[in-house]
Amino acid sequence: MTEQTAQKKRRSLVLAALVAITAGSTLACGATYFEIPIETPIRAKLDVSAFQRVLIAGFVAGGTDDVDANQETVRLLRSQLRSKSSLRVIDADVMELTSIAQEQNKTAGAGEDSAPSRATNGSAGTASDEKAGPLPLPAEIKDEKDLEPYERLFANTAYWKRIGEEYQNPLIVTGTVLFMPHTRSGFVSRDVEDYDSFGRRRVRPVRTYMERKGFILRPKFIFIDGRTGATIHSQSHREEVLYNAQQNTPALSSYFELMDKIVPDFLQALSSQKIRGTRVLLK
Amino acid sequence: MTFRTATCITLLTVAFATPLHADTRSDAVAQVDFGITVAQRGLWREAIYRWERAVEIDPTYAAAFNDLAVGYEHEGQLEKARQAYEKALALEPNNAQIRQNYDLFKEINDRTDGAKETP
Repeated sequence: MTEQTAQKKRRSLVLAALVAITAGSTLACGATYFEIPIETPIRAKLDVSAFQRVLIAGFVAGGTDDVDANQETVRLLRSQLRSKSSLRVIDADVMELTSIAQEQNKTAGAGEDSAPSRATNGSAGTASDEKAGPLPLPAEIKDEKDLEPYERLFANTAYWKRIGEEYQNPLIVTGTVLFMPHTRSGFVSRDVEDYDSFGRRRVRPVRTYMERKGFILRPKFIFIDGRTGATIHSQSHREEVLYNAQQNTPALSSYFELMDKIVPDFLQALSSQKIRGTRVLLK
Repeated sequence: MTFRTATCITLLTVAFATPLHADTRSDAVAQVDFGITVAQRGLWREAIYRWERAVEIDPTYAAAFNDLAVGYEHEGQLEKARQAYEKALALEPNNAQIRQNYDLFKEINDRTDGAKETP
């Protein structure tokens, strides 16, 4: 009996020693990880060193009538570039590219080698694909299909070169913006809080069939060299937001919500950005 | 008596089993430690130098590769950062902290070539 007790005591002592060694070594090592803030520099996609000024000309816009996507996009991009880019932003009237494209289409259809211009000298431009004959342009732009025929406007180098001359050869930003309403029905998983028979709170995921509505924003930014009228870069984006069908969210606030996600990528094309974050350093 | 002997043998085995590896590792740990200290003071280039030394000394040290990746990321050397993260994860695939760093890095890296580009 006494021998057993002594053995037990010895085992306990050894165990205690092992625990103490483990704890001691952990304390001696200190923390094994450290959170550290970092700033990742991201180089601009485009070399814009040849330009000192940028003209956000305007956009062929469509989708919903609740938001003037042309005006709003021009306004937003100009204000962003003013604060986050070294390029000087040209203050000019927003170009109504939809009607300009329609005018160009008419003149091209009439077989004339001309296109309407905002340039003061009023000289004419030539559509690059004039020989193929103009495609009809839908008066109302409701979806991507309606936008397609308008693309030829951006290939009209003579036109953009003339706009460039008018504003002393800046970098020109233009493109298309489609902002359209969207509804989607389907099963949505959400957490539901309830209490069990013992009064304990619990949260469980529940799949429910819901009708949701919202918006899709599809901008395509086209960067044109104002000295030549040629497209140097273009980038397309797609963002969507959906709300509960009962929720009444103004179209304009949805537009800004979606643009918030796109603007950093737009800026990254023109200027270097620093993306802040936190990482873990390990020992 | 038998129990005591077994305990002693176990402790001795643990203490002296891999002295050479421990030496290499402790040298690398010293470099990593110093790298962390200088990175916390904003001296990232020095930190990168230290972590590069650490992975040279001990190429099996996942934490050193992780720290090196963070350093490269901070300096905007994204390709090198990716390689270092992938090496760290290859060494310790179940390390949640390395995985988290890598996921955050990938988010940024994907953004840099996320948008559709045309000439």
